Amino acid sequence: MSAREIILKRLRERSDGPLQAPQSDFTVVTGRGWSPQERLERFERLITSVHGEVIHTTHAEWTKRLIELLAAKSIRRLALGHEHPVPVAARTALRNQGVELVDVDRDIEDWKREQFETVDAGLTSTGGAIAETGSLWLWPSPDEPRLISLVPPVHIAVLDADAIEDTFFDVIETHGWAGGMPTNALLISGPSKTADIEQTLAYGVHGPRELVVLIRHQREAT
Amino acid sequence: MSVKLYPPKPEKVYFFGTCLIDMFYPQAGLDGIRLLEREGIEVVFPDDQTCCGQAAYTSGYHDEARAVAAAQLDLFPDSWPIIVPSGSCGGMMRTHYPQLFAGTPREAQARDIAERIYELTEFLVHVCHVKFADKGEPQKVAMHTSCSARREMGLAETGPALLAQLGQVELVEQVRAAECCGFGGTFAVRHPEISAAMVEDKTQAIEAAGAEHFVTSDCGCLMNIAGRFEHQKKAVRGEHIASYLWRRTS
Amino acid sequence: MSVQHFIPQTYTPQAFHRQAHEALDDPQIRANFRRAMDGLITKRRDVFSDWDLEALRELGANIRLRALAKLPDLLEQLEANCQANGIRVHWAENGEAACRIIRELCEARGAKSVIKGKSMVSEEMHLNAHLEEAGIEALESDLGEYLVQLNEQTPSHIIMPAIHLNTDEISEILHDKTGTERTRDVDYMTAAARAQLRERFMAADVGISGVNFAVAETGTLCLVENEGNGRMTTTVPPVHIAVTGIEKVVEHLRDVPPLYALLTRSATGQHVTTYFNMISSPRKPGEHDGPEEVHLVLVDNGRSGIYQDNELLDTLRCIRCGACMNHCPVYTRVGGHTYGTTYPGPIGKILMPHMLGLEATKDLPTASSLCGACGEVCPVKIPIPDLLVRLRKESVGEGRGNVPGAGVKRSRKELLAWKGWQWLATHPAAWRGSTVIAGKLRALTPAKLGPWTEYRTAPKPAKVSLHALVKAHREELAGEGRS
Repeated sequence: MSAREIILKRLRERSDGPLQAPQSDFTVVTGRGWSPQERLERFERLITSVHGEVIHTTHAEWTKRLIELLAAKSIRRLALGHEHPVPVAARTALRNQGVELVDVDRDIEDWKREQFETVDAGLTSTGGAIAETGSLWLWPSPDEPRLISLVPPVHIAVLDADAIEDTFFDVIETHGWAGGMPTNALLISGPSKTADIEQTLAYGVHGPRELVVLIRHQREAT
Repeated sequence: MSVKLYPPKPEKVYFFGTCLIDMFYPQAGLDGIRLLEREGIEVVFPDDQTCCGQAAYTSGYHDEARAVAAAQLDLFPDSWPIIVPSGSCGGMMRTHYPQLFAGTPREAQARDIAERIYELTEFLVHVCHVKFADKGEPQKVAMHTSCSARREMGLAETGPALLAQLGQVELVEQVRAAECCGFGGTFAVRHPEISAAMVEDKTQAIEAAGAEHFVTSDCGCLMNIAGRFEHQKKAVRGEHIASYLWRRTS
Repeated sequence: MSVQHFIPQTYTPQAFHRQAHEALDDPQIRANFRRAMDGLITKRRDVFSDWDLEALRELGANIRLRALAKLPDLLEQLEANCQANGIRVHWAENGEAACRIIRELCEARGAKSVIKGKSMVSEEMHLNAHLEEAGIEALESDLGEYLVQLNEQTPSHIIMPAIHLNTDEISEILHDKTGTERTRDVDYMTAAARAQLRERFMAADVGISGVNFAVAETGTLCLVENEGNGRMTTTVPPVHIAVTGIEKVVEHLRDVPPLYALLTRSATGQHVTTYFNMISSPRKPGEHDGPEEVHLVLVDNGRSGIYQDNELLDTLRCIRCGACMNHCPVYTRVGGHTYGTTYPGPIGKILMPHMLGLEATKDLPTASSLCGACGEVCPVKIPIPDLLVRLRKESVGEGRGNVPGAGVKRSRKELLAWKGWQWLATHPAAWRGSTVIAGKLRALTPAKLGPWTEYRTAPKPAKVSLHALVKAHREELAGEGRS
């Protein structure tokens, strides 16, 4: 018998007999009923509490804020996609702005060291966010691969204010994740960090030292 | 911990004194009885009681523990509450008797007993609704609630609630109040050094809180913590909460 | 500063008493653990303050129980869905078999260099040593694991592997092994490790990780982390091998959020970790990064044995958060290495006897005051104290005999003592007589009672027992009644 058969047989023929599977009540992880404003405040409070930066802007203005941000952080080489409306708009706005736009639609094997050592920041879209934990969710794609939110020292994520939902459970249910998962789905809540040296927090241990979230509102906040 | 519904104050109760009190701290048992009697309750002390069997149970000697527990089951034939001045013995009888007799002919009896078990401070607070008038001198006191009372029986609040009624007593809170004192029955014997490190921290915490005195509702903890204070020739002394309450209010 | 921690030392469960003695005598170890555990306890309490914690724990326990109830079916479903997604699934009866599978996968790719994300199962099966023997270098990339590996040690905590080391010691290790400056600057040390490990991520032939939850419904492997080394490990090298115990499977994707919420809050008091990494397939055509091959190695290693017994089964609910050790008064004082086992603390005490046998681990189940702190904080409500008592029962030969090494502590002398106690406690007249005698002989109580009196005064039997006091009290009441 194979190991597989032996293990499954032992589990199936357990000496104390078959087990009853209980039903689950998921009430405690859903039904928050927060208003858009509460979601936004909670998201911002939590992600900034773990060293994330938040910049509020509008759909009309966000690329201006991006240009200012890149200048403020002295970002010269920015990795970004080609197809998603977010990188498309960014590419248009950043033409002739003195920032080198690094193509990411290349197999990692062909530019591993370049990505690890010469890219200052990665720009990505996001699928949305989770208010309860201050988390962004991303489904990396051929256009926006997995590593651009991880390898460069700064990750700039663009989030629409109305894409913030209450809980992780709500996101999974609302968007029907169980019906088809991508190669990689990610929650990102702040920059990379460690507390392995005597419980002292240090950022950027392996991934980005900085995470900046550009939150796009429909119109200017009043 | 499920919410326990408490009955109205009964006319009579049983009192299970525990072996440690019987042999080492009998005054605590008598003071507990007097506190109940003062509430107008007749206290029945079955003469044939010995030991709840906990030490054997936690040591893995369940056959022996069951035999001893079985001898206690017959001591409470009427439906009165059974008062135990100890969280660990109370926890044993309330939580583990049903487990110990599960699948045996005495399971129903063990369950009936378990449902009638009340720790003394629990009974004074939730059933007797006692009101104390403090007659003692001002004193700073620390309370050590045993782990069994706190976690197994869910009684972190009843001891402090009783002490809070004593007008002249300042209840001080030691750091890590919820941490074990290191007694743990045979644990103190099998792992004496670890147990010693734990009781050392506990006595330091009580002393650092400024306590002049400490009380506990479990004589195992009392033996351990007071034994450590005495060994170090410290001024802090301890006693069972029943004795302290009786002494200050009679 | 002390250098003793840099001497590689092998810890064994058999030497628990000696190791406990050494740890208790080491003020540095005592201080490191106390400070760390105090902090973790506070953080956990704060992070749960706005939650219906009991409802969440109830749901967590319920999800794990449901997964275990359906375990064989879910493992098959997981396998089918993983394979449909392109993840290859392997089964290993024990650690040795799992090591062999992983080594062969490495050899098939001609791999010389492996980068590892944190995996306690890989520690359990001593994977690194096995790979080293085959000439394959396995480097840990979680900062704590990296430090521990540099120091030729094993983790002392399942979530915070280097918690036994303080800043000065870590500075010394990094200086000694990697040539960095001696410093107390944590950012400098972190940056140095980042630079060292980035080279290794780029060069690694294979990435090996653990799994926090494996979702049967979608064939998804979930990894929880803060550092990003897990994402690196599972994305940069051309091959990713995930290794996990068979109990880590959950039924549905929606089972994941409650367990994740419990895990991060219980472990480190965080609302959420920096990364939650959900992997469902290798790199697909058109995708530009991620491994070409993803493997999942399902390891039994004693788990199917635990699974047989309705009471012991609860052990398998564990989601490896470490809250039980953070709250354990014994662990806090002796530290993780003292246990001499891969999993230390309360969870180790109830898990390791099944993996190593009660002969090797006989001192672990007794090393608890049964204070219940572990069970109180366990996010999936494992009744750890009850399981400790069960293992004690198995040790002394009064259990079901279905734990390896059952009966190892059966001792005629001890059994006779308990039988004697049983006789006395079931003969009330003799019991009362004995308390009378003890009261009369109290002056003869020895001042020295073995280890007890090294730290405490000896208890003295009372002159008069409670039985006698009550009798006198009754007579007094009766007298008052007559007058």
